Amino acid sequence: MKRALPILLLAPLCLSASAQERRSGFENMARDTQAMQTDDTANPGMLWVLEGQSLWHQPAGPAAQSCASCHQNTEVSMRGVAARYPAWDEASAAPIDLAGRIAQCRETRQGAPPLARESQGLLSLSAYVGNQSRGLPIAPPADPRMDAAREQGRALYTARRGQLDLSCAQCHDDNAGRRLAGSTIPQAHPTGYPLYRLEWQTLGSLQRRLRGCMTGVRAEPFAYGASEYVAIEAFLASRAQGMALETPAVRP
Amino acid sequence: MLLLLASPPAWAQDDAISTPLTASPGDATRGRALVADRQRGLCLLCHPGPFPEERFQGNLAPDLAGAGSRWNEGQLRLRLVDSKRLNPDSIMPSYYRTEGLNRVGPAFRGRTVLSAQEIEDVLAYLLTLREEAPR
Repeated sequence: MKRALPILLLAPLCLSASAQERRSGFENMARDTQAMQTDDTANPGMLWVLEGQSLWHQPAGPAAQSCASCHQNTEVSMRGVAARYPAWDEASAAPIDLAGRIAQCRETRQGAPPLARESQGLLSLSAYVGNQSRGLPIAPPADPRMDAAREQGRALYTARRGQLDLSCAQCHDDNAGRRLAGSTIPQAHPTGYPLYRLEWQTLGSLQRRLRGCMTGVRAEPFAYGASEYVAIEAFLASRAQGMALETPAVRP
Repeated sequence: MLLLLASPPAWAQDDAISTPLTASPGDATRGRALVADRQRGLCLLCHPGPFPEERFQGNLAPDLAGAGSRWNEGQLRLRLVDSKRLNPDSIMPSYYRTEGLNRVGPAFRGRTVLSAQEIEDVLAYLLTLREEAPR
């Protein structure tokens, strides 16, 4: 007991930033930017959701099947799906993120031309599917086959990289809430992807956001679709478990 | 105390780089411009400083105001060249080091953040910052 007491007293000091109260980047935003997100008629991301809805029902490939041909009643069949990604993909025996799954389904099941990462088509479909889970808690699968990717994601998140020699964690955990130049550094919770970034003047994926930070620290980014990104996405989703999805979010 | 000054202890050597990196002395005017330059010096992304004309200064790191009274020339030089020699966990980039880095982008590989002369210029400027920021 004499030994245990000091350890108990020290325990709160040992909690990392990830144990702080979790905040969506939404809470850091100016009120007018928040209003832009919450009002569907003002949220520019809704243009991609509408485009995605149209693509979802558009026949493609030799059998002229649309997404909706299989996934009928989208509001029900796709509800909660985005909240569970990245997930384990049996076909490739590897983790896959939502955009990867949509592209895979389109190519292998519809037999349609592949949709490139960050293409308008894939972003639109991702936004549409993501939007079906808006308001639902992020719910990463308990699947133990995902554990290795989550661990790899954690390692990538905490590894320093680039000429500026910075890790994701050094800004987004250790200095979240402080200002990098004029911008408040958000905690790294992927609650609204794909999202409309005012800086981009367009909708973009979490992978695009990760690449932006990597380029910012003057590191060589991974290629779009790389397993490293999916690992980071899986790790971030596990940290954000229970937080509400906002897709399509708006960010500065 | 006199004895200490006459023969500085080993840690004092480790805490500073007393020899300039270049033969030509640093230029404080060029140094100020580098500190404010968000693509080159990058300083104001993290540090606030006495730059009334510069909006959007960071607050991740100590105010540059007063740096020239908090540290001497050799100490500041080491903190610019490679502050991780003092604190391996520091977020301060090493401005004059190319070794021991991970996945450096092709455009930056083998290059230091600033050149030797630029380090001396920034240093000359920082040494002029004698006054602490008002609290």
